[in-house]
Amino acid sequence: MIFRHPVFWLTLIFAGFMIWAPMHGNNVSLREDLILVAVAIILASNLNLMIGYTGYVNFGHIVFYGLGGYIGLYLATVRGWNLILSALLAGVGVSICALVFGLGILRLRGAYFALATIGILQAVQSFVSNFDPWGRSTGLYVSFDAYLPLGGARRALWIAYILIIVVMALSMILSLAIKISKFGLGLFAIREDEDAAVVLGVNATVYKAIIYSVSAFLPAVAGALMFYKNGMIDPSIAFEFMLSLEGIVMLMLGGKGTVIGAALGGGLYEKLRSYLLTAPKLSNFHLVIAGALLLVVVLFAPGGLIGWLYRLVPRSEKVIE
Amino acid sequence: MSGILASMIDGLLIGSVYGLAAMGLSLIWGVMDVINLTHGAVTVLGMFSMYLLFSAFPMNVYLLLLPVIVAGLILGLIIYWTSVHWVIDRPQLASLLSTFAVNMIIIGAGTAIWSTSPYNVNFTLRGITIGAYTFTGNHIAAAAGAVIIALALELFLNRTRQGKAIRAVADNREAAELMGISSTAVLALAFAIGIALAMASGALVSTLFPFTILSGATYQMKSFVVTVLAGLGKPLGALIAGILLGLLEGTVTPFIAVSWIPLIEFGLFVIVLVAFPKGLFARATA
Repeated sequence: MIFRHPVFWLTLIFAGFMIWAPMHGNNVSLREDLILVAVAIILASNLNLMIGYTGYVNFGHIVFYGLGGYIGLYLATVRGWNLILSALLAGVGVSICALVFGLGILRLRGAYFALATIGILQAVQSFVSNFDPWGRSTGLYVSFDAYLPLGGARRALWIAYILIIVVMALSMILSLAIKISKFGLGLFAIREDEDAAVVLGVNATVYKAIIYSVSAFLPAVAGALMFYKNGMIDPSIAFEFMLSLEGIVMLMLGGKGTVIGAALGGGLYEKLRSYLLTAPKLSNFHLVIAGALLLVVVLFAPGGLIGWLYRLVPRSEKVIE
Repeated sequence: MSGILASMIDGLLIGSVYGLAAMGLSLIWGVMDVINLTHGAVTVLGMFSMYLLFSAFPMNVYLLLLPVIVAGLILGLIIYWTSVHWVIDRPQLASLLSTFAVNMIIIGAGTAIWSTSPYNVNFTLRGITIGAYTFTGNHIAAAAGAVIIALALELFLNRTRQGKAIRAVADNREAAELMGISSTAVLALAFAIGIALAMASGALVSTLFPFTILSGATYQMKSFVVTVLAGLGKPLGALIAGILLGLLEGTVTPFIAVSWIPLIEFGLFVIVLVAFPKGLFARATA
């Protein structure tokens, strides 16, 4: 049972704290900090389903987030639908797209798959930049009226924040649920040796397509909420390749294959990045530092922070997850 | 009609430069089974080194290719020893991520130095005019340069001891070691040559189009498409596939907006991967 896992309760406590901290005293600047942390955790956790659990690198993971943002924003503002409904539909729509894409490109193994994901990102970006209903390269804007159904902009932003925290908590719980399920075991088997897994009766094609599609859902919902909150979207910010890559850095930093690691890496990296971006001498070099960090982790600590902890205190692996 | 023909010939010329870039990727991929994700960044470094060299020594740019290639060999050795050597026997994820980290470092440093504004190398060769169409001299010279470098590589791989050692290691590393080949030295050399090829192609591209530090992503994607079209570890095949890709681009550009090209290339990439996983030039026996 999932309720017996300490990670489940940790997630709930963490999410509760994330909601309580900025609301207590109406601290908007703290909220804006934490929302970025939450998005980082959502991206890293769902990326973990592919990289950490299944052993397939997805370089274009951000495409789910951006596409979700577009669908959600389009439905919520141009069509004037309810925000939660729009976000959920964005998630469903993107998951279906991912399933269709996935059935095609998941026939590719390992590195070929990784390359195809870069291609998907570029192809979708080039499609959206030419797509008239979504404003081509100028993108979409949220008119002020769109916030009225939620009681005005001020309240709408808080609602979007709380919803994003909920998505963050769901991401971590989803990761945990998959990890302790039979489906998760199948994914681990594919990661260790795909041919052997197939021989032992794991339907690798279906498993991979499902996990690819599942890993698209929550990032798409988060994208819809986040871009609604930001009030605008355009192809270059929706499909920012760098953010896709930073998601991989977060995951490796925290420790791939673990729920806590993905969340820890996402949170820490986002904090580090915002520190680097605001420090006057370092802001230009944040990518250099992120790259160096990734290199060090890959070369010397492939298990990330959590892997390092497990090696230091072997008992902790049993206690945590 | 003749407009399309002119556009196709231009595509052919540019395609040979794509082919040269892809040869670097294909060589590294084929010899050590590493997908070099620094490829795009290194291509851009080739563009900027050409820019810097030309600003310092305003002479014929094709003479400046030589120092760019030497710089590429040195850079290749540095990248190999810092980020590739240690992960070469680990699962592919490790080398993907480590070369990717180097890519981030290069792009980050480049953005800090040159920002993301466009640069160009201001050098023009006189072109050839046929009827109403002019083929610029730079395009012709770049294509010639690409083909010459490609043939030189092919000669090197087939006729010299070092080149044969590279092919032996690509075939079977253990067997090559048993025959007394130091595989580490060979891998480092192959990686350095691959990087130098990418730098050279970047240098040639810089004489054709304006570029920014972020231009690498486009050429990296094209190189992947070309490498996959050609099949892994077939450098000469990569040149031909590059020319094919250029020809395709030249054929479609009169009809559709340039911003659709990534979509077409990606479609091609997936179709080829799924339908011809060993490349278009795979032998029936292989």
